[in-house]
This record gives sequence, C-alpha cells and structure tokens, in this order.
Amino acid sequence: MTQTANFGKAVRIGLIAGVVALSVSAIGMVQSFDVRDIITGVLTLGQLLLFGAALLAGYFSWQKGEGVAPLGVVLRGLTAGLLTAVPVIALIFLTIAWPGIRTSFVNVSPALIEILTFGQEPVTGSLILLAVMGVLGVLGAAFDMLPQRIQKPLLYGLLWTLCIGLLSEILLLILRPYAPRGLLSFLFGAKGITPVTAVLIFILATVGSAWWAAQGQGAMQQRRATMSPSTATQLRRLNIGLLIIFILMLPIIMGTYLTEVANIVGTFILMGLGLNIVVGFAGLLDLGYVAFFAIGAYVMGLLTTEGHLGIGGLSFWTALPFSVLAATTAGIILGIPVLRMRGDYLAIVTLGFGEIIRVLVVSDLLKPYIGGAQGILQIGRPQIGSFVFVQPQHFYYLILAGCLLAAFVSWRFRDARLGRQWMALREDEDVAEAMGIRLVSTKLMAFATGAAFSGLAGAIFAARLSSIFPHSFNLLISINVLSLIIVGGLGSLPGVVVGALVLVGLPELLREFAEYRMLLYGALLIVTMLLRPEGLWPSPIRRRELHEAEEMAHRHDDELEEASSLA
Amino acid sequence: MSPRFKEIDFIGVFLWLFRAVIIVLVIYGTVAKLFLGVGNTYSASTWLDFFISGLSQGSLYALIALGYTMVYGVLFMINFAHGEFFMSGAVTSTVLVATYLSASGFLDSNPLLGLLLITAVSILTAIGISLLTERIAYRPLRRAPRLVPLITAIGASFFWQYFFRGLFGSALIPFPVPAVLQGRISIFGLEFLRTRVVVMATTVLALIFLSLFIQRTKTGKAIRAVAEDKDVAALMGINVDRTISITFAIGASMAGIAGVLWGLVFRQVHFYMGFVPGIKAFTAAVFGGIGSIPGAALGGLLLGVIEAVGPPLFLEGLGLTGAHQLKDVIAFTMLVLVLIFRPQGLIGEKLAEKKA
Repeated sequence: MTQTANFGKAVRIGLIAGVVALSVSAIGMVQSFDVRDIITGVLTLGQLLLFGAALLAGYFSWQKGEGVAPLGVVLRGLTAGLLTAVPVIALIFLTIAWPGIRTSFVNVSPALIEILTFGQEPVTGSLILLAVMGVLGVLGAAFDMLPQRIQKPLLYGLLWTLCIGLLSEILLLILRPYAPRGLLSFLFGAKGITPVTAVLIFILATVGSAWWAAQGQGAMQQRRATMSPSTATQLRRLNIGLLIIFILMLPIIMGTYLTEVANIVGTFILMGLGLNIVVGFAGLLDLGYVAFFAIGAYVMGLLTTEGHLGIGGLSFWTALPFSVLAATTAGIILGIPVLRMRGDYLAIVTLGFGEIIRVLVVSDLLKPYIGGAQGILQIGRPQIGSFVFVQPQHFYYLILAGCLLAAFVSWRFRDARLGRQWMALREDEDVAEAMGIRLVSTKLMAFATGAAFSGLAGAIFAARLSSIFPHSFNLLISINVLSLIIVGGLGSLPGVVVGALVLVGLPELLREFAEYRMLLYGALLIVTMLLRPEGLWPSPIRRRELHEAEEMAHRHDDELEEASSLA
Repeated sequence: MSPRFKEIDFIGVFLWLFRAVIIVLVIYGTVAKLFLGVGNTYSASTWLDFFISGLSQGSLYALIALGYTMVYGVLFMINFAHGEFFMSGAVTSTVLVATYLSASGFLDSNPLLGLLLITAVSILTAIGISLLTERIAYRPLRRAPRLVPLITAIGASFFWQYFFRGLFGSALIPFPVPAVLQGRISIFGLEFLRTRVVVMATTVLALIFLSLFIQRTKTGKAIRAVAEDKDVAALMGINVDRTISITFAIGASMAGIAGVLWGLVFRQVHFYMGFVPGIKAFTAAVFGGIGSIPGAALGGLLLGVIEAVGPPLFLEGLGLTGAHQLKDVIAFTMLVLVLIFRPQGLIGEKLAEKKA
C-alpha cells in the first residue's frame, strides 16, 4: 500500500517539476538565461534552470525516513526525472504540430527549441533530454542516501562551482589588471569558467568544506573559547578594521562599471534602511515609500539645477538639508491621516498616496513647475573646494557616507527607548498603548525617520545622475525596497545589506535577469514568507520570536498528545 | 488635561481641516463650473455621455470588486493579486481564442457564441490562476500574522504580471470587437455605445446570478457560514479549505467576465492592465463596505461615475489644466478619504473598522 502511495508522490512531484520546467521555457527564461555560460561549452544558466528542476524533483520524490529500499529510491528518482521531461518534450512536438505557435506564445522560438533539443533533431533531442533528466532524477534521489558527512561538502562544492561560474564575468573584470593573461585564459572561457576550472573549484570546495566540518570548525571554536576576553576584542577590532579598509578600497579594485553597480546597490541600501525602520521596526507596511525618494530628488533638482526650472541655484550641500527636510515633512504630513490605520489598510492607503504623487508629477498641471514627463536636467554636482564629484567612484564615497550615517542612526534608535517602543508597536498596538507608549509621536517618528533616509537617497540619486525623470519613481521602486528588506530579514540591519546585494546587485550584474526581475522578486517574496519568514540574515530578536512561537506550538502539540495518550 | 488628549485633539483638528478643504474644493469647483462658466461648457447630452461611460466603467469595477469583497469576507485579507486574476483571463482568452475567432470570421458571423467561448476561457483561466495562488501563497499561511499573507499577495501579483508578460509578450494586444457591437444604439431616444450596453447588462445578470447563488445554494450557505466563523463552520461539517477555494473561484470568475468586457470597451489588453483597475476595484469594495456584495456593486458604480464626471465637473471648475489626466487622482483620493473617514464603507458592518 505505502509503496504505491510513495510512487504517487514521485509522479506528482515529477509532474509539478515538469510544469515548472515547461513554464520557465515558455516565458522565455531558459532562452534568455542561456546566453550566460556557467561552465563554457558544458552548462549554461538556462540549462541549469531545466536540469535543476529534474534534480530537485528526484530529491523530493520519496518520503525520507520510511525505509525505502535503494532500488525503490532509484526507481522513484527515475520516475520523477522522466516525468519532468515529459511536458517539455510535449512543447517540442507542439511546435512542430502548430507552427504558428509563436504568434501566441512570443517566447516559444526556434532558438528555445534548439536549446531544449541540444541542437539535435526533435526525436533524438527529446530522447537525450529524457535520458539526462532521468539520470538527474536518480542522482537527486540518491543524494539523500549518502551519509551526512559527505552530503554537505558535496552540496557546498556544487554551490561554489555554480556561484563562481555565474559570476565569472565579474571576477574576470576584477582580476584582469592583476593576473597574467595566460592564467586567465586557462581559467575562464568566453563567458564562464572552463571545465578544468570547474572541476578544480569543485574539488577544492568539497575537500575544503569536508576538512572544515571535520577539523577546522572545532579547532576554531576551541581556540576562541580559550582566548582571553581582551584578545577576543582585539581580534574583533582587527576584523572590523580590515572590513572598513576593504570597503574603502572597493572602488579602486572594482573599476568604473562595478562601482556604478555598487552605487545603485548603495542607494537601495539607504532606502532599505529607511523602510526597515517603518516596516521592520515599527511594523507599518508602507507601499508608497518611493514618494519620499521622489520628493528628495525633486527638491534637490529644483534647488540646484541650472536649467529654466531652477529656484535658488543653491549648491549641493546647501540644498541637501532642504531635500531631507522636505521628505521628512512629507513623511509626517502623510503619516498623520493614516495614524489610526493598521496592517493592510495602511498598505493600500500608502500605495494610493504614492500613485497620487506619481500621477501629479507627470500631469500637465504641475508641468510648469517640475517639468512633467521631461523631468529636470542639468542638476548641480556636489563640490568640495575645487573638487567636483563626477566619477562614479566619487559618488561611491558620498553614498557610503550616507549609508553609514543611516545605519548608525538606525542602530542607535533600535537600542534606544524609541526603538523598543517601535517594536512594541509592531507586536501589539493595543498592548503598547496600554503600556504608556504614545502612539502618535512614536508612529510619526518612524514615518519621519524613514522618509528622511529616503529623501537623502533621492537627493544623492538626483546629483549622481544630474537629471531626473518621473518614470524613475514608479511603484516598482517601492516594491524593490520592500522585497529586499523582507528577503534580507525584517528589522535586521545586516539583512538590508544582504538583501540589497542579492536583489539589486545580482540582477544589475546579470543583465539577462532584467526582464524577469519582478517575476523573481514575486516568487522570492512568496518563498521567503513560506520557508524562511525571518529572512536571509535575521535580527536575533525576530528569529527568537519566530522560533519561540514554533517551539510553543510543538510543546503544545506534545502536551496534547500526552494528554490524549493519558486519557 | 493629559498630553494624550492634546494629541488626539491635534490629530482630530487636522483631519477635520482635511475634510473641510476637500468639501470646499469640490463645492467651489462644481459651482464655478455650472454657474460661473469656468472652462469648457458641455451640452446636456455630453454630460449624459460622461454619466453613462461612468456607469459602464463602474460596472466593471463592481465585477472586480466582488472578488475582493468575498475573499475579505471569508479570510479578512486583501487579495492584492485579484487584479491579476482579471488580467490573466482577459489576456489569455484574447490571445488564444479571440484573435483566432476573429481571424476566421467566426466572431462576426456568430458574435454571441464567440463571446461566450471567449468568456468561458477567460473565466477558466482566472479560476485556475486564483486556485493556484490560493493553494501556494495563501493556504499555508492561514495562521500567520496578518501582514504575511499580504506580502505573499503582493509577491503573487508581481509574479503573475511578469509571468504573463513572458508568456504573451509586453505589447498591447488588440481585442477584436464583433461588428454587431460597434457603433451606437438608440434606446428611448438616447444614444448609447453598444459595448457599454452589453457591459451593463452582463454585469446586472452576473450580480443577480451571484446573489441567487450565495442566498439559495448549499455552497452559498457554506460560504456565509465560513465568513461568520471558520471554526464553528468546520464543526458543522463544512470543509473550510474547500469553501475558501470556491470563494476564490467565484471571485475569479467574476474577474474573468470583467476581463472580456474590459477588452470589449477598451479594445486592447495588456499584461499590466490588472494593476490599476485592481486598486480601483478595491477602492470600490471598501467604499461600499468591504465584505458586503451589494456594497461592492454600489461602490463600483459610484466610483465609476465620480471618476467620469469628476474631472469635467469640479476639477475643470477649479481651473486646473489637464483635468482629464487627474482621473486617477480622484479615485485614489477617494480611496484615502474612505479609508480614513469611513473604513466600514457606505453599507458595511462596523466590523471592518475593528479589523482595519
């Protein structure tokens, strides 16, 4: 009985994976990701998507800990892997039966079919696909039969190889000035790492992590335990010092293009720190956050531009406080009407505010004052003495200073009375009020601080690009910022940085992502909430809370079971 | 007097001022337009045209709003992705059915059958997407804090938008309108655009069908029971998860119908078309009183009319340039005002305030 039931699982998982593989092919992800090689001539990112589906299908094809015999495991993995291939093969033959398919499904192109069939005839190609996916399914299923000791190093080896392969273009960009050309052409192919490098990295990472698990980690912990407190502090200071030097040196190492990317990431970190206060600390879901970014940018633009819209013709530094002040005031003014709202209604109202501001900015009504769709041009550059900020590298330090300031303020606020009031508010508004917390001023402080950071980010953004257009301030920015703080970990300061690196930095580097960015954000938001609601780098308090609730639930279940068994 | 009281007074005064300013602006604009002759002058039939186009737009909002209101009724959550159900139905049925029916001439020779076929595909797609979304993004989070399903809903919304963009491309897709429905028709001596008549008639039919379904059938009873109290409903032998899925499916089928009607009126569909109508329909649902079905219908119609009549009436009266561009501002301002001043809506229960 149970045997067939388990096969049912393999079939179900295989079909789900197949539909997923079919979908990523049909929406064009496979094809547009295929231009990025991970291992030159062997594996592309597009293929990884397809094969990953089969591998995962194999891994989840059997119920762990049910004493399934090895042969059964292999068979289940095979079933799941083969079934993953079936919908994709159906797509291949559909294109033959219905040549006009592309007028409806724009991304089902001959190029896609060539990728799916490995450049072979449909029948041969389908058989190869079937075979590859079947093998991958078996591998995925067999993975869990390995001893724990081997599993982890293997996984790390695989992940390291894939990561380095994915980022090879950037590594090459960084290494080019330093390493000899012969070595580089040996290590890197046209758009990925060479197979030899892949094998090398895989072995290194696997052995390394096996050694770390067996020896290193224990030794390290032991050494740390026996260390005197003063040495420990010194070591920590040394680490922080090295980190600061590294961050300061980054623009010199990275070159112009990567610094530009770092600047974009930095702008999002700055906004993320602001929204983190509003959403992460105070629990007020704000979907109109881009409005403050826009206000900061527009005030900076109007005050410093040399064009016909300019007022005042101030310098960057004189205009900066006005931008931040304007954003803060807007934060308070928009905050007052929504004070009595909670949760989802608040989210929708702030979304409405954001949209009102967007429509007003592009309308003819305000065009004489803020330029309408043409935006503001010739915005003044920051200047210290005779030194003018022009290069991305110069702005890097400006943005870094802004981020450090925001991080410092957030960190001090978090541990101050105000921060604890915010968190109390987040947990339960009524209880917080009963404990004597003044809702009005506490909430307004959160809105004001968040808006101030966003205004600062906007002001620097305007100066960096030296021209701004209304379409840069759409709702997607709000959603980007919200996604990055949620994926990074709500209420966690390092989480903001990690979130921005992953959600903003990676797509900027891998340009193929551009079209699928929002799709992946959407999926990430759902997956994060389902599997890891505390985020990638959670704040300790939140992790404890979330896990406490889990433990409580477990304990509760246990008690219930006990009670029922007693009865 | 304690400091807290002062704060409340300050906020209260601010809100009263806010209210007063809006009311004064609207009255001033209307008076200026109608009696002082500011801006263009319109004939009576143009005003009627504004009103009718508002009504037909409003019926579309009403159809979409039903989905928000029903889901809110059973789950107390804003299904942010509902606009995407509407979009998915419209886009899929246009690309896969309408285009081919029109190319083969079937749509012109058999308009009723053709439109029914298109609508069926639209409804089925919307239901499929809604059930998938509910199963993956909402059901596992039934007991999670309230913000969590809202975040997954936002995620689902963007996921579906860009999924359909990938599937059918980012271009505007023309929706073929059958020859019979082009042009105007005269009823009681008044001229109406034919598509608008179809929209209003279909909406009325759908509303009647829905209220009969909710009031008379066993499933409708189950939905009402689940909305009242999930735990007790479960004790009465109602399958709560299934009932919630059915609620999503009904809301999605209304959105699917709205998708085809939208195509008829605007003659084009697009992957991004679900977003703004979604928010406006939510506004309509809240305006009428979220959780109430007649409320959603009333709210939708009112919102459509205000949005259509508002810009020429009081915005032009205020002497604003480009008043027609500010249609969305009116809708969103209404959303903000309703949520601030009357979260329970026009005919909603007091309950909404507690939950808000």
